Amino acid sequence: MLKYLFSRLLTFLPTFFGVTLIAFSFIRLLPGDPIIVMAGERGVSPERYAELVKQFGFDRPLITQYGDYLWGVVHGNLGQSFVTKKPVWDEFFALFPATLELSLCAMIFAVALGLPAGVIAAVNRGKFFDRALMSTALVGYSMPIFWWALLLIIVVSGWLGLTPVSGRMSLMFYFDTPTGFMLIDSLLSGQKGAFWSAVHHLILPTIVLGTIPLAVIARQTRSAMLEVLSEDYIRTARAKGLAPARVNGVHALRNALIPVITVIGLSVGTLLAGAILTETIFSWPGIGKWMVDSIFRRDYPVVQGGLLLIAVMVMIVNLTVDVLYGYINPKIRKR
Amino acid sequence: MASAPDTAAKPAAPSDERPGRLAEFWYYFRENRGAVMGMWVFIGFVFIAVMADLIAPHDPTQQFREHLLQPPFWEEGGDFTFLLGTDAVGRDMLSRLLHGARYSFYVGIIVVAVSALGGVMIGLFAGFAPKWVDTIIMRVMDIILAFPSLLLALVLVAILGPSLTNAMIAIAVVLQPHYVRLTRASVLSERSKDYVTAARVTGAGIGRLMFITVLPNCLSPIIVQGALSFSTAILDAAALGFLGMGAQPPTPEWGTMLAEAREFILRAWWVVTFPGLAILITVLAINLMGDGLRDAFDPKLKRS
Repeated sequence: MLKYLFSRLLTFLPTFFGVTLIAFSFIRLLPGDPIIVMAGERGVSPERYAELVKQFGFDRPLITQYGDYLWGVVHGNLGQSFVTKKPVWDEFFALFPATLELSLCAMIFAVALGLPAGVIAAVNRGKFFDRALMSTALVGYSMPIFWWALLLIIVVSGWLGLTPVSGRMSLMFYFDTPTGFMLIDSLLSGQKGAFWSAVHHLILPTIVLGTIPLAVIARQTRSAMLEVLSEDYIRTARAKGLAPARVNGVHALRNALIPVITVIGLSVGTLLAGAILTETIFSWPGIGKWMVDSIFRRDYPVVQGGLLLIAVMVMIVNLTVDVLYGYINPKIRKR
Repeated sequence: MASAPDTAAKPAAPSDERPGRLAEFWYYFRENRGAVMGMWVFIGFVFIAVMADLIAPHDPTQQFREHLLQPPFWEEGGDFTFLLGTDAVGRDMLSRLLHGARYSFYVGIIVVAVSALGGVMIGLFAGFAPKWVDTIIMRVMDIILAFPSLLLALVLVAILGPSLTNAMIAIAVVLQPHYVRLTRASVLSERSKDYVTAARVTGAGIGRLMFITVLPNCLSPIIVQGALSFSTAILDAAALGFLGMGAQPPTPEWGTMLAEAREFILRAWWVVTFPGLAILITVLAINLMGDGLRDAFDPKLKRS
């Protein structure tokens, strides 16, 4: 197991350096002088220009620049935002809880509906339920989620007037956010109605962000269940007279869960990509919206830093899933 | 390697050598009703894309100033001149949707062609190259895959400048590692088989081994991936267009149309509903077809 862990870490490091290299080259790949580009239409005075060149170290050799950048990265220094002048690192972690809260809710939504749907479809293979569920799953899987979001806004917020259209909290409430999770903070604040407001704001973004993972999980659960249901030990379990619910729920589902868990773990990247669209549409103050806004504001240190942090996060999650998977399933370690 | 282009073209038509293969494929594919339905929708989509100029009732960019936000014909205030209504500057929705098919088709074809060609070549090379070259190539692919695809595409477009062409380049770059991994994996599993050894013993050069002996046997997963990434390309291009980083107005690209329609969502449902519906139907049809292709190519997986 240690050897496996070590070999996985060994592939992690070069990828990490590659990712830093990509983030590093980002500002330098921008066409034209990066400082002029960043200054945009306002222009930049010669003194400020010289200052910025010095600040970014553009006057030194590339390799030194990369070394400095890497040194900064491992020390948590990702530069400053042009717009807010705050360190990118601080901004990222101030906004991250919003994205994490939304992603967790979306994942819970996806698993809570996807897992039973997959099991029901597999057990009723080829029958009406199976077809209906799998057709729905394929529609969900093919969904342009930005359009799905707009549709839900039209129907649920517009026609039915049930949910708010944007943000995380009604403006009526104001309280401190020690954890950054609106659901927890609103409870801690003790203000009446604040928690419900947080829940209301979460509903549509959760559905939108959870739709594709839901479809993927349902499809994966179904095929994993079908795989397991044809095994000998399932026949044995049935033959010895166990109740079908117990065979399906305990014997089969448990063994079908391994590939499903992998899929859940590996969909973090998809979730973050979806968060870019979902957060933009619902004005959700998380890192997805922050990245899009920064791209439009030409706030390139933020884009660079955010790109790196998001990639590293995805890599860490994937590594963890890999290692856990190797821990659960010894066959993987042998490869 | 100099003869690579003409040798590479050959495996595309394996049915010449084995006449039963296509028939067998069709036999399995036909069984899947959803896949056949998807195929028909896709054929319709291609037809619309090609014939958009002839079937569209109006010019997609012409603004009918007396008919702003006119609803579809079945709603009150609609008429048959503008079957699906008009948008905020009075352009005919139907014509714009029909022309939008052209852009999506274009995106799908180009992105799949570029990413598949590049990815298959790199994967084939990695599968045959010395171990250290293979390792380097695969690490580079890991790096690209570490970024959420849409984010990387967004950043690439930010570097290149927002336009449909640049969006296509960005999406092709993001999708290409999947082909590399797939091709390399099948090459590695094929390489050790007896028929490859036999070919090598009889004196087949490395180019022949790569393109004539091994590649045709790796094609089926690549074709399935091609179908799936066709739909991903359409979705991602629409998402980029929606974020303002893809096709620019007044291009009647579906995602861009949605972005323009956003402010009218509560006043005019049709400007929002139809472009998205077009994306959904197209992507769904292609995914149905992709599922059918996968099952037809790999009868082992048919039971799931």
